[in-house]
Order: sequence, then C-alpha cells, then structure tokens
Amino acid sequence: MSTVKELKKVAEKIYNDLVNGRIPSLELPARTKSNIVFDERYRVWKYGKQNITRSAVSLSGAYMLLRTIYVIDFIKEMIENNKSSTLRELYYISEGWGEAKFNSQDESDKLAEDLEIITKKLREDFKLRPEEDGARVIGDIVIEEVTRKGEKRRIHCQDDVGDAGYSIPYNVEKEKLRFVKVNADKVIAVETGGMFDRLVENRFDEKSNAILVHLKGQPARSTRRFIKRLNEELNLPVIVFTDGDPWSYRIYASVAYGAIKTAHISEYLATPSAQFLGVTPSDILNYELPSDDLSKEDIAALQSELSDPRFQDDFWINEIKLQLEIKKKAEQQALAKYGLDYVTDVYLPEKLAEMGYEV
Amino acid sequence: MPIAEELAKKQRQISIAEFFERNKQILGFDSLTRALITCVKEAVDNSLDACEEAGILPDIIVEIKQTDGDEYKISVEDNGPGIVKSQIPHVFGRLLYGSRFHSLKQSRGQQGIGISAAVLYSQLTTGKPAVITSKIGEGFPAHKIELIIDTKKNLPRIIKEEMVHWKKKSGTRIELFIKGKYVKNRKQSVYEYLRSTAIVNPHARITFIEPDGNEIVFERAVDKLPEQPKEIKPHPYGIELGTLLKMLKETKAKKISTFLANEFSSVSLQKARQVVAKAGIDENKEPSKITLDEAKKILETFKKIKLMAPPTDCLSPIGESLIKRGLRKETMQLSPEFISTDTRQPSVFSGTPFMVETGIVYGGSLPRDERVEILRFANRVPLLYQEGACVITEAIKNIDWRRYGLEQKGGKGIPYGPAIILVHVASVNIPFTSESKEAIAHVEEIEKEIRLSLQQCARRMKTHLSKKAKKEKAKSKFLLISKILPELARKTAEMLNKPTPPIDDVISQIMNIIWIDDEIVSKDGIAESKIRIINYKRKPQKFILYAEIPDKEKIVEVKPKPMEIRSKVIKWSVNLKPSEKAEYSFKLKLDGEDFDENGLYVLGIDPVNIVGAEKWEGEE
Repeated sequence: MSTVKELKKVAEKIYNDLVNGRIPSLELPARTKSNIVFDERYRVWKYGKQNITRSAVSLSGAYMLLRTIYVIDFIKEMIENNKSSTLRELYYISEGWGEAKFNSQDESDKLAEDLEIITKKLREDFKLRPEEDGARVIGDIVIEEVTRKGEKRRIHCQDDVGDAGYSIPYNVEKEKLRFVKVNADKVIAVETGGMFDRLVENRFDEKSNAILVHLKGQPARSTRRFIKRLNEELNLPVIVFTDGDPWSYRIYASVAYGAIKTAHISEYLATPSAQFLGVTPSDILNYELPSDDLSKEDIAALQSELSDPRFQDDFWINEIKLQLEIKKKAEQQALAKYGLDYVTDVYLPEKLAEMGYEV
Repeated sequence: MPIAEELAKKQRQISIAEFFERNKQILGFDSLTRALITCVKEAVDNSLDACEEAGILPDIIVEIKQTDGDEYKISVEDNGPGIVKSQIPHVFGRLLYGSRFHSLKQSRGQQGIGISAAVLYSQLTTGKPAVITSKIGEGFPAHKIELIIDTKKNLPRIIKEEMVHWKKKSGTRIELFIKGKYVKNRKQSVYEYLRSTAIVNPHARITFIEPDGNEIVFERAVDKLPEQPKEIKPHPYGIELGTLLKMLKETKAKKISTFLANEFSSVSLQKARQVVAKAGIDENKEPSKITLDEAKKILETFKKIKLMAPPTDCLSPIGESLIKRGLRKETMQLSPEFISTDTRQPSVFSGTPFMVETGIVYGGSLPRDERVEILRFANRVPLLYQEGACVITEAIKNIDWRRYGLEQKGGKGIPYGPAIILVHVASVNIPFTSESKEAIAHVEEIEKEIRLSLQQCARRMKTHLSKKAKKEKAKSKFLLISKILPELARKTAEMLNKPTPPIDDVISQIMNIIWIDDEIVSKDGIAESKIRIINYKRKPQKFILYAEIPDKEKIVEVKPKPMEIRSKVIKWSVNLKPSEKAEYSFKLKLDGEDFDENGLYVLGIDPVNIVGAEKWEGEE
C-alpha cells in the first residue's frame, strides 16, 4: 500500500472515533527495554506485544494526536509535491502549527518514528532525512553512487578518497548505492574518530585487508544499514571495536541486535553476526590498560545491561560482572600506552587471531 | 570602714563600665552592625511598651543619620504618655533600674538589658550624652535633658536640661550618638527588625527614615490595641533558689506559711502549711529567718506536692487573624498565594505559663529553591541572631515538611521552598539560652507546642496545595476540551476532505465531572463571592451546594434565592442538565475582617464527580 494511503488510515481512525463518539486514540508498541523480544527468523531484537495507547483523554495524549495529524498532513503534502525535509526542518515548520507545535526536536523525531511503527513504512518513505552526516569508510571496495545530478559514479574507497575516507550518504538503498567490487575480507567498525584515524594512518585497512567503518559514537541508521548490506550482500564478517565502557557495549548491541528506539526496523538495520572485539573488561586486566573509575551512571548502566535481553549470553554476563567487580573502564586509545603502533602491531592482530581470523 | 569593705565598694564602682566591656557580646553590642540594631531595638521596645500601657496606638518614628564616618545619630520618637521629668534620668541613666523580680508579666522588657545599655554604649563609643525629650500631655512643657551614666556610681548625671516647645500632645524622643554600621538587604538589619516588629505589632505605625533619606512607613493594619497582659505571682515549680531567698528577705509577711500563700500563685494557705510541715519548718517562722538549707528543703518539698497549674489568662496573644493581617501587609509586594496562622491554647512549663502562635506564608515571588525564611519572636520582639541555637529552629527542623508540600532532605532540617515560617512564643518568663536573649532554650513543652501549631498551619497549606493541584489538573482538561479537541476534529476533517464531526459526546466522556469554579473580589469593604458550575456529565445532575460564610449577619446579598441561610453557611439546591452552566453568588460586609477563600461543599452526589468542592460532612 502506498505511504499516503497508510498515513490516511491513521487520520481516518481518529476521524471515525470522533464521529462515533469514542475518545480518539492510537495504539503502538511500548518502546522500552522490557518490550523487546528476540525474533528467531531474523535473529534480531524487535518490539514485543506490549502496547501503549495515546488517547485524547489526557491533555498530553490529545496534543500528541493533534501533532500526529499535522505531521501526517505535512508528509502527504511533501510526497504529493515531490519534496523532502530534514527532521530539524520538520521541527521548525511546526512553529506555524499553533497548538500542535512541538516543544523540542526530540518530540518530533520520536513522532516520526512512531509513524514508521504505525504505518510499517520507513522514515525515507516519509521524505524525512536525518541531520546526522554520514560516517566514514576506508577499505578495498568499489562503490557506485548515484549523485544528485543523476550520474552513476564509481568510487574506490582507498584510491579515490582522501585520508578522511568515503562518506556514507543518508540513503544507502540499492537505488542510490551499489557495491561493485570488493577485495577486503572483513569489516571493522570503530567507535571513535581518534582510533579510526590511527588505523588509517597505520594502514591497517591494507595490512589486515579490512574495510574500516567509523561508527561515530551511536551509529546513524544509514551507517548501520550500510554495514548490514556489506554483511548480507558481500558475506563479509563484521567486527566491532569500541571503548571499554557500558555505553560502548550499547553501540555494539545496536549494530548487532538493533536499538531499542528503532526495534521496529531491526531486521533492516541489525547485523546479528557482528562480533565484539574489545575493549573488554578482560582486556583492561590482560593488557594492563590505563583506566578510569566507573561513575555512578556507569554502574547503573552496567546493572541495567545485566537485565537487558540483548546481553543475555555468557560472554556479556561474565564481562559485565567482571567490570562491576574491578570498577574500571578504559578507552580504545588507552592502548597508546605501549606506543602508537601497538594497537595495529599487537593488540588487533592478537584479538583477531583469538576470534579465528588470519592476519 | 574595714579595708575589705572599701575594696568591695571600689570593685563595684569600676564594675559597670568594665562589665559592659567584657560582656559586649551577650548585651548585643559585639559588632558595629549589631550595636546599631540593638540601640534601635531597645528604644523601640520601650516606646511600644509605653504606648500600650497607656492605651495609645503607637506611632513611632525611627531615624538614622550618618554624622561622621562610622558615627551615627539614632533618634526614636513615640507618641506615648511621656515620662515625668524627675524619672527621666532613672529610666535612661541607670543599668537594671526597675527590673522586676517577684511579679511576672509578658513584656518586651524581658528582652535585652534595657535602654540604659544603649545610652552607655553611646557614651563609651562617642563620648556624647543621650538627649531625651519628653512631654506628658497637653498644657505641659516638654523637657529636654542631656545625660550620661556615671559608670562609677551607676547613676545618671545630667549635663544639660531645658524646657522646649514641642507640638506633640505627648511623647518621648531619645537621640543617641553611637559608633555603628548601617547595613541593608540582609536579615540582620534595622530594616528587617522593624519589618518583623510591624508584622507582630499590627496596631503600630512605624516610620523609618534611613541614612540616605529614604522614608519607609510600616502602616498599622488594625486600630485596636492588644489586651494588656496581666501580672502574676511566680509559681513554685518555676522558682529558683536565688529568687526565693531574695523574696524571703524582702517580703512583708510575718510567717513563712502566709509568705508562701501570698507571694506564689496556686498555693493556698492549707497547701503552704502542708509544705512547711513536710519540710520540717515551723509554719510561724519569720521568712527572713529561713536558712539556706530550709529554703532548699521548701523547694524540694514543692516538687513532691501536686499543685494547680498557674493561671494562664495573664498572656496576651496577637491572635490568628492579626498575625495574618500583619503578614499579609508586610509580604504584599511578594503577592503570596496562601497565608495560614494558628494560635495555641496557653500551656505551662516548670510553673511558667506560655503560649505559641505560628504562621506560614506560601508562594508568590518567594524563592522556590532556597531555605524557607524563619521569623522568630519572643513576646512580640523579633529575634535576629543565634537562629541555630533556638528551640523554634529546632522544632521546625524536626517536622517532616515533605508531608506538607515543602522540600526537605531526608525529612529533617530546615525545609526548602517558597515559604516564610513565623513563630511567636509569649510567656511571663521566656527561657532564653543566654543573657543576649536572642535564642529560646530547648524546653520540651515549648517545642511540642511549636510543633503542633506549625503542623496545624502546614496541614492547611497542604490542603491548599492539593486543591490547587486538582484545579490545575482540571484546568488542563479544560484546555483539552475547549481548544485541542476541536482543533483535532477540524484538522482531521480538513485533511480527509470530510465535514467536521460534532464532539460534544467525546467532551462529556473526557470530562465526566461537574466543574465548580469560584472567585472572591473584595472592594470597598464588601467581598463578592462568585461560584460557577458547569455540568459535564452526560446526565442531569441534582445536588445541594454549601458555601461557608463567617457570619449570617454579614450577608448583604445572595443570588439566586437559596434553600436556606444558616449562621455559618448558605445552602443552594443545584439542578443542571448536561452541558448546562449556572452561577451562584453572595456579598458580605467585611467589617475589617478577611474573607479570601471559599469553603465549598456538596451533598447528594458522589464527590468524585465534582471538581472544586468537597463532600459536606456537617448537618444536612
């Protein structure tokens, strides 16, 4: 069904409620940790059966419904006029919507996600773009991108790019981006820019025959989708390399299992076979890494992860418990303790070998 | 004269100035700022006492001028009865003159060491005499006397005296030149002292002229003088050995038994005989012949005998309504949303009658994230120093204010929030922690009374806050049905190219209550209360509405015709169809009283269906 039709169905539901003297309401899955379940078919975590109801019986519920109608109307107009806008623009446009105006961009971003869930369409179908600029890629792969002029351009992600690498566009679907040729045999996703640049400078993409992808903290949808396509279409294993703290584990989890916020499209974004390389709490001990004390927030986050269904396997339970015991965390760049080349000469080769890769 | 006696005399002679120097702190002169406040305080306390004793509404003018560097001229003028010329030197020029020992009375004079200490301080710091002008009535001349205290003899010495013309009918003015420091915008300042004084003395008008010429008038809120407190005799439970010995020496009674019966309260002749018999003393023994040991025995025996509590009608409270008015007047610029006050019944600790009054001011522009302001008073005198050592502060700290809507870490300590807490302790003998008389000692009975009184005010505050929260909630529903829902219907219809659907049904489902809204407008001594009711239920509603009134006699008008008017309540029968609105109103003569919150109640309907009124629990 077309996106406009799906969106209209939402408006019709509210309209019919009003006509029939029912208090207007919409149902959608609860987007909480307690409501994600493992999808055996796709091997990713998705929303479960707990629903919440947005109802006009409360003022905040009524505001949400009114905003929903305004956003639907706005998207319908964009589709009909062949326009698109950023999520930030959507927020600013709401300034002119009187009572339906959003109080923060967080609210409008969330509502766009809600609509994805209700209509089973993607943000891209709504002509809404994220603000986030694409993460960077360096490695032995040739990509074909359709430019805004409509030309197809081939880019070799080592020879045709500078040290900053190839930038992932916000749309990474097949009509926009194709993989032409690949010689690399794995993907290494790196959390921080500092470590990404270190690996690039040390030419680790060549040495280990890997495609390096910069995650830039919590990765954007396009980055995750890009990684998933590399994994699915080219059969490349994905290895995630982050800091050794609870927030970084969540970055890994969102790559591998799907994020709680976007669990409605997990099968589309998550790479279930992605493996975590480090920095693990065991690494902090084994490599005697310089470390910081865990903050109160860190400890709370670790404890929350112990009850997060995505972390329920022996590896994670053991590592998290170990970290709670030693009360330490370490950054990727702490490896510089042993010199700038240590990470590429010793640490990564050792860890990759442990995971069964030839280096 | 033996040498020892001569020496003793000398010791006494040097002692006054030296005593003062050594005890500056407990006398309230330990810093330049505090010295200035203390001087003003002593003079103002005297003026208020004098006016009240003479039955005159106090009109006091306080002026402070900077004369040179840290030298200030303080002048305090009242419209009291004046002081006869011959008494002026004794009142202002002798330390501890006229202090009472054997009779007890709730008076300001209990605080501080007295005006003579201020006179002494001024002459010690600037060398200048105090100037006193006084006139005792129409047709009498005014006398102007300049005097200092002879510190060797503790006697006044007149430097200059003259008769002057003074327009005033009667009154007294004192001018002092002192070393001091004038500060503004803090709790310990002359301004705050006068403001606090004005709150608990709403019958006084105080005009204050600051050094920069700025004039502030603390206007009186009521034209009635407080009742004069009565003197009472001491109660045996509260008497100290030293006082007893002094009384034994000075009494005119011939026998110990009649002494006890005559000079103490709650002691009958029969009880007195019983006590001396138990103490093993001849009831006919002359009081002056009683030995130290015998006196001790008498006190011990009294403790074992059950006596009636002392009379408590000797206390003169400010009263709930006057404290409220004082608070309202002095917090007007903060526009607080709520004021509650409470006056407890008199109570007794160690044979000493006392009573507690409290007040809470909430909201308005009071700071939300700071500690509450505490106003402490003893016998209508503000206590500005030693907050931490005072039983008032202690009592406040021990209340769990979280239950009443203020923030407090762990339910202990001084609470945070937009509030002012006032506590007044009145007693014939306030148990201060020290001679500086700035903090009340920890007496269990007093703490308990303070706590009970504050809890009473706090409960009312809580009720007010819950009511407000309920109203806010109802208000948001109002916004929902009057704006958001119609807009939702319009926009959805527009988007789908369909006609806008009617929403009345949905509205009554969402509200499903009877909405009661009220306001009071006071103008020209008349308060008009308007009560609006809207039925948002889907069925017709019938119930009885009760509106509390202070007094039937004050009603000027009631609309529409009520079912019944009782002495304290108006009763209407309300009958509303779905979506129907109705208005009920009444007007009251205020006669100087307040009417600022409606008490609305309903009967004959489940109160969960009502917003804006409670269930009527009284007689139908």
